[in-house]
Amino acid sequence: MKFTWFHLMPWPHMPDDFRQKHRSVWVDLPSRMYEPERGHGIYHEYLDQLEFAEQVGFDGIGVNEHHANAYGLMPSPNIMAATLTRRTSKAALVVLGNSIALYNPPLRVAEEFAMLDVLSGGRLVAGFPVGTSMDTNYAYGTIPALTREKYAEAHDLIRKAWAADEPFAFNGRYTKLRYVNCWPKPIQRPAPPIFIPGGGSVETYDFCIDNTYSYSYLSYSGYLRAKLLMEGYWQRVAERKVDESPYRAGFAQVICVADTDAEAERLYGPHVNYFYNRCLHIYPGFADAPGYRTVKTIQTGALSQFTQAAARNYPNMTWKDLTEGRYVIAGSPETVRQQMEEMIKTLRVGNVFCLLHLGNMPDDKVRHSTRLFAEKVMPHLRNLWPDWNNHDDRFWVHPMSERLAFKAAAE
Amino acid sequence: MKARFLTLGPTKSRIEIVEAGKGRDLLFLHGAGGHMRDDPLIATLSTKYRVVAPLLPGYGRSTGEDGLRDMLDVTLHALDVLAALDLKKPIVVGHSMGGMIAAEMAAVAPSEVAKLCLLAPAGLWLDEHPVADIFSKLPYELPELLFHDGELGRRLLASGGNMDDPEFLKQFLVMNARRLGMAGKILFPIPDRGLVQRLYRITARTLIVWGAADALIPPVYGHAFKKAISGSKLVKVAKAGHAVGHEKPAAVLAAIRDFF
Repeated sequence: MKFTWFHLMPWPHMPDDFRQKHRSVWVDLPSRMYEPERGHGIYHEYLDQLEFAEQVGFDGIGVNEHHANAYGLMPSPNIMAATLTRRTSKAALVVLGNSIALYNPPLRVAEEFAMLDVLSGGRLVAGFPVGTSMDTNYAYGTIPALTREKYAEAHDLIRKAWAADEPFAFNGRYTKLRYVNCWPKPIQRPAPPIFIPGGGSVETYDFCIDNTYSYSYLSYSGYLRAKLLMEGYWQRVAERKVDESPYRAGFAQVICVADTDAEAERLYGPHVNYFYNRCLHIYPGFADAPGYRTVKTIQTGALSQFTQAAARNYPNMTWKDLTEGRYVIAGSPETVRQQMEEMIKTLRVGNVFCLLHLGNMPDDKVRHSTRLFAEKVMPHLRNLWPDWNNHDDRFWVHPMSERLAFKAAAE
Repeated sequence: MKARFLTLGPTKSRIEIVEAGKGRDLLFLHGAGGHMRDDPLIATLSTKYRVVAPLLPGYGRSTGEDGLRDMLDVTLHALDVLAALDLKKPIVVGHSMGGMIAAEMAAVAPSEVAKLCLLAPAGLWLDEHPVADIFSKLPYELPELLFHDGELGRRLLASGGNMDDPEFLKQFLVMNARRLGMAGKILFPIPDRGLVQRLYRITARTLIVWGAADALIPPVYGHAFKKAISGSKLVKVAKAGHAVGHEKPAAVLAAIRDFF
């Protein structure tokens, strides 16, 4: 198993009447709510938490990209990952990821990811999300029905740029470059491991299988509701007659660990509430621009994560509803271990993106929950896939063994 | 009203054509919502004209939307349809998105369009008067946005099914994704693809009609179109919203009859 400690970096000062005063945490929330001087401390606290996660033994630390929102304050996850390269040395840097259709030219992603891979000594996991409709269409203006074509072309360009050792011309529909010449190049050859966040479209299953990318389902509604979607993925893997390595898949899970189940509710209840009711308060009109998802995907009946969130009655869900429904895995180390094991086996996932910071959770609670998970839960979950020796080379990083010294040629 | 099909171009797109009425030829290009059931505007126009109303790929039973990505693609497609229909000096009428396409056709190929009627056309952008964002609206918000009389709008826009029925909801979402997905290629996120710099090329006799209570594209845009198209006439229709032709079809018919 590979455990990545994942940060969303939300704005933790949304007021109690946030839902009444604002229709959406994303797209049209006035930015006067953001206070830069407070933001300074918050960014550093969040980065400290990611570094702490490495210290207590997580395999990876994760960041991602969002725009125009208070849910996640990383318009550029690469800036965050760059700071982490300097103060960590073991953990994979899971950038999940760069919304490649949004970069002009998308070669920028090839370059920046290469920079991160070189800076970190080959510790980059590169994520290529399409991006939420709020980010991609409403905040960044990409035409919904052309988003996927643009994404596919950007992916093609990035992979070619990493693979080539000589300049080449790229005549795309959306990007035309006479000289594609990616300096620097990534340490990991031919490319860092690539993770694709997906939400249930068959096209994405095939894209992952064709390219040997790990399919990552980023959900906040827990594994009971994710079961159907992941079964669809594994069914497709079987149909395509490729191996069933659990590392072909990952899942994001909200986790809260305390000494006892009751203590977990007392410590984390308010922050879980903040997360589900403020961070996920999205105006349904922004959740899924018409044309953003393919007709084929809509026909399978899969709704986007955020459309589902908008449709759910989170304001009226209690701690009991959220934990018994397994939206949240919370409780004593033993409770969490049992439910994590059930989740991992049910979904057949080798990667877990652990959400241990939630909403407005203060630093001491984040570290308490993180430490308990690392010390009392994680060790018992390490060997759930003995057939795979807890590792699949194709889906994890290949760091350098040591730093090469720079020796200037003596004249 | 009856429907027939055209097959068009190297990709063999199938284009659904709705036809109704007798008289002089009138080509009608629909807006982003497509045709309504028993479309009241087509029905009213067909009392005096032979109305020929093609559906854009992505709408109704027309196919080929994947091949249309930008304004030039759509304009040339519409000119291809016009050529294939073999109409006699038609009045080209376009509503909203259809008005934008009609204006583009008249600007790109002035010799093909001699009579032009724009009903609350999209295509321009004024910073001081932003066009509302139709793409982020929820279905229940549309009647008030598109009609002066919200109650009439609710009746006309009624989807004819129960949104709580998952199968109907899925069909509705697919239809919506096809239609607005296509519309988004020329309207999202800002309905401006450079028409303003081409309007000077229009030589057609041009009538512009606007609902005085248009909440989607405010009537001030009518003046902007009038100013940019030489010799054009602007008619405002009282107590009508953006769907001016559907809300006040008789007034729109009278304006067209009067002008052409």
